[in-house]
Amino acid sequence: MGMTLAEKILAAHCDNNAVRAGDLINCRVDFVMANDVTAPLSIPQFHKLGVKTVFDPKRIAFIPSHFVPNKDILSAGNAKAMRDFARQHGLVYLEQGRAGIEHAILPERGWVLPGDVVVGADSHTCTYGALGNFATGMGSTDIACAMATGDIWMRVPPTMKFVYHGRLGRWVGAKDIILRTIGDIGTDGALYRAMEFTGEAISALDMEGRLTITNMTVEAGGKAGIIPPDETTVEYARSRPERSREWTVFAADPDAEYVEVREYDVSHMEPMVALPFSPDNVVPLSKAPRPEIDQVFIGSCTNARITDLRLAASIIKGRQVHSRVRCVVIPASNDIYMQALREGLIETFAEAGCAVSTSTCGPCLGGYMGVLAEGERCVSTSNRNFPGRMGHPKAESFLVNPAVAAASAIAGHLAGPEEVL
Amino acid sequence: MSLHGKVHKYGADINTDVIIPARYLNTIDPDVLGKHCMEDLDAEFATRVRPGDIMVADTNFGCGSSREHAPISIRAAGISAVIAKTFARIFYRNAMNLGLPILECPEAVDGSEAGDEMEVELETGTIRNLTRGTTFQAKPYPEFMLELVRAGGLVEYTKRRLAPKRSR
Repeated sequence: MGMTLAEKILAAHCDNNAVRAGDLINCRVDFVMANDVTAPLSIPQFHKLGVKTVFDPKRIAFIPSHFVPNKDILSAGNAKAMRDFARQHGLVYLEQGRAGIEHAILPERGWVLPGDVVVGADSHTCTYGALGNFATGMGSTDIACAMATGDIWMRVPPTMKFVYHGRLGRWVGAKDIILRTIGDIGTDGALYRAMEFTGEAISALDMEGRLTITNMTVEAGGKAGIIPPDETTVEYARSRPERSREWTVFAADPDAEYVEVREYDVSHMEPMVALPFSPDNVVPLSKAPRPEIDQVFIGSCTNARITDLRLAASIIKGRQVHSRVRCVVIPASNDIYMQALREGLIETFAEAGCAVSTSTCGPCLGGYMGVLAEGERCVSTSNRNFPGRMGHPKAESFLVNPAVAAASAIAGHLAGPEEVL
Repeated sequence: MSLHGKVHKYGADINTDVIIPARYLNTIDPDVLGKHCMEDLDAEFATRVRPGDIMVADTNFGCGSSREHAPISIRAAGISAVIAKTFARIFYRNAMNLGLPILECPEAVDGSEAGDEMEVELETGTIRNLTRGTTFQAKPYPEFMLELVRAGGLVEYTKRRLAPKRSR
């Protein structure tokens, strides 16, 4: 019996020639990551191990992303603890102003590559699977141990295969594919499983769109989301500025065993909306309620890459954000910010009355830079809308693609682009 | 090890944003995290809970972020074990790694209500509802998990793995 893409990658990282779903393996890792929320918990755990050095400082990145530039004294203390540890051990580290959200930075710089096994102390570590690797989120203790040993225990997950046929319509994007999928299978529909995303609609996506899809794998409970590497992947990997390693392209065997296969036709799909209070509470835009909104957030590791900002700016350009609405735009990384600046997108947003900020996770998790008050409503390009996610537990978030978010900012209520153009 | 306490019961998809909201992620102090555990869903929880009490919930407990602040806050609040129909996978790892006992047992979840007195035998996975006089059997831990539990969590387990390497 053949192996799935996930099984192929994992088998190449342990001492077994072949692995099967359910096997418990000790798996070598190519890259390890933690951020300013999770690293401060990893550091004391690392010290408890009694080791003096990490397994390889060039394969561990600490990225300050969630509460930086720091919002208060406590978070500044945490950022300092992580910075001090990173300096002491010579880890890969980016300072504020050069950094941003880790899930944009790691692929963008070429620190994670096709065929890798990557573990990170953040649930959205699964994002990197868009490059055809096995990347999964864990807690700080797991990451502390991986930092010491360069390996981690894992159960090989069964794989669910998703096949997307057809061509996406105008204003419909990767976000809508993944929202529709999560709406279909639910927040635990892929629990303990890997999700393999295939089909011509996936092949047609650029790397930015693919990263949006794998990013939300965890919202369906998935352990990893993987897109089979193709020419787009290889071209992306080849052009990374700081790539220092070779990579391996793996493919699933033709007789691989999938626990489930689901097929979709995306050709006539509308933009999707995840209504409060769950990412699986998904309806097509035409069926969504249209209450007045208070905030729009265009940002997060899900949808704040350059293509997302271009799309949003194309709708906002020459228009004004509705007088009732605060529109917060946060590029996912400093490199993306700089690119948007060169292309005039930042000016477009600012002229329209958007608040544009340096890169941070910020409002996505109700951290800062746009926390919602009781009873407020937000249309957001981010990934979660559980009660209290973006602020007060009685604030509501509607998750959408960047085009719908931009249109909603103009309209003052949830709206499709054709309603404002 | 036998755990004993009153049941605090919740629904499905109890996510990490509800267990400990991000506004408290600026600290890693267990006492502070424990005081705010579950406060957006059940404001009285932290004051009502007594040491040893048991949290019972429906499916997909702990879904959402990877924050270890979630299991830390539950344990710091005084909860001795969490019983759910299923757990989200990152939370499952985190709880096991930190030594917060968690058990999967749909029958025990359906067969108990808030305030019931409950007893849990960790080694055997036997759950007794003392209020109703019923007994349930949780899914046993896989062998590797038992090893982790016996070692006292992932840090101790990894320390043992590293020890022979360092003495070479």
